[in-house]
Amino acid sequence: MNHLSSVKHVIVILSGKGGVGKSTMAVQIALGLHAAGKKIGILDVDLCGPSIPKMFSLEGRDIHQCNEGWLPVYVDKDQRIGVMSIGFLLSGADEAVVWRGPKKNAMIKQFLSDVYWQDVDYLVIDTPPGTSDEHITVMESLKGYNPDGAILVTTPQAVAVGDVRRELTFCRKTGIPVVGLVENMSGYVCPHCSECTNIFSKGGGQALAEQTDIPFLGSVPIDSKLTYSLDTGTNILEAHPDSPAVQAINHVVHKLIALDKDLP
Amino acid sequence: MPTVPENAPEHCPGTGSEAAGKAEACAGCPNQSICSALPKGPDPAIEEIRHKLSNVKHKVLVLSGKGGVGKSTFTSHLAHALAEDAEKQVGVLDVDICGPSLPRMLGAEGETVHQSGSGWSPVYVRDNLAMMSVGFLLGSLSDAVIWRGAKKSGLIKQFLRDVDWDDLDYLVVDTPPGTSDEHLSLVQLLTGGGSGQGAGIDGAVIVTTPQQVALIDVRKEISFCRKTGVSVIGVVENMGEFVCPSCGEPSTIFPRTTGGAEKMCEDLGETFIGSLPLDPRIARSCDEGKSFLEEVPDSPAVKAFRSIVDKVVSFCEAKNGKKEDDTGETMMETEW
Repeated sequence: MNHLSSVKHVIVILSGKGGVGKSTMAVQIALGLHAAGKKIGILDVDLCGPSIPKMFSLEGRDIHQCNEGWLPVYVDKDQRIGVMSIGFLLSGADEAVVWRGPKKNAMIKQFLSDVYWQDVDYLVIDTPPGTSDEHITVMESLKGYNPDGAILVTTPQAVAVGDVRRELTFCRKTGIPVVGLVENMSGYVCPHCSECTNIFSKGGGQALAEQTDIPFLGSVPIDSKLTYSLDTGTNILEAHPDSPAVQAINHVVHKLIALDKDLP
Repeated sequence: MPTVPENAPEHCPGTGSEAAGKAEACAGCPNQSICSALPKGPDPAIEEIRHKLSNVKHKVLVLSGKGGVGKSTFTSHLAHALAEDAEKQVGVLDVDICGPSLPRMLGAEGETVHQSGSGWSPVYVRDNLAMMSVGFLLGSLSDAVIWRGAKKSGLIKQFLRDVDWDDLDYLVVDTPPGTSDEHLSLVQLLTGGGSGQGAGIDGAVIVTTPQQVALIDVRKEISFCRKTGVSVIGVVENMGEFVCPSCGEPSTIFPRTTGGAEKMCEDLGETFIGSLPLDPRIARSCDEGKSFLEEVPDSPAVKAFRSIVDKVVSFCEAKNGKKEDDTGETMMETEW
């Protein structure tokens, strides 16, 4: 029984740099696709620092087993967004997963083969930063499923762009297509005087996309409402639909839907 | 680390013992061939590293479970601040193998490492500030290090064993996010895996940002420190308040929905050693490879940073004094 073959699209969220908003993008893209009527699965392969359960307020929930395999934890009653993360397997929030590579690889392979996603339209895979065990294992396991591709996330400053440049080399070496690059945390609008400050400078992501000839999917501004909604597990699309960050992410979602590439 | 695996037969002598793979109980065990073939005893590199680092007075790790919270920014500026005293020799080791940021932040991008008879010569960014990073070993800026854990651990061993630091007052080690291969190797090679035979670690500075999504990962890192016996020097909260350069009003970008790092430290009984505000000039200084301590001495972040550095220094000095007394204790309580 192969559960991935019933998944229509696979998207991998990557970044060489940590803390640039990979999990935030994974969650927001999932919510955006969900709002467009799609059925979504999210797989969190960040084993040492799983953030997805918190961002959906799913901490403390358990994974159930059925005959077909592991059932993901559903965010909504209609079971349109399913989540799988190592966070559901830990006994306490402070428990650390102190594992070397081979053990992480085995866990990821199990996630990819044993989770019963059913007929989801999009499987969004959130990854830890870097180009190591988790990434190599995911790419190897996805070979043969013709994934739609990877979305690279960066912040504008040179230090982050440098790491994302390396991630792009990883994509080219492993042969996964690049859907495009998102520049996150691009500018902050002061709530007092509405002056926009580029805390982590600006345009670094766009410049990298142009230099390396990959599609630029847009800039997402810093928005404390977004940070707040992810910390509390609320859906910002419903709470603040007019937020500029939401609009920028919607733009990314539309591009993804337009890229309607069917799996074999 | 348990030396008897879960799937071992009864009366397993333990994987580290002399009889491993040879005892009667080993017959039929699936691990028998591995046990009998593997070398016994502690990794000889632990002793070599202890010898190599015997002239390094203080070893400080910078850790965080979460990425992008400012570990490398903190590391580079801790090094700058320590090296402002011309009498002090400071070394920086970057063990973030897949995403080395320190060469750029310390303005050493494009430098190369030279090999000498006694090992690798580090790159000097100031007269008294040396550094080593995988970034110096790559051919170009877009080269990716696509390595699994074992290979990364091998390089970390080489960094610890083969870099020619000479006499150092401080060795600051920057790490990638997480609690995996790099962290385990680093701690095991420096502490001898709890045997007390290694070069030793003064302690770890934990860096976080205020929001809960970061704190949950940082709690895991603190659990890691406790499991491996690394003292926590204290927790630094980065990117706290943002002060608008145009109107001067403060606002919060990463809200403290659960009380921030200070509350977490209270819960866990760890020391909170300060909060650093978010100043766009810090990110710019790092991109340009300069020290914001010198570039923007008027920033409130500089004052906050210096007070944190003082706390780190007094922790290390107190710990070192204790080591000379040879009390044999590894934990130490300090009142700030």
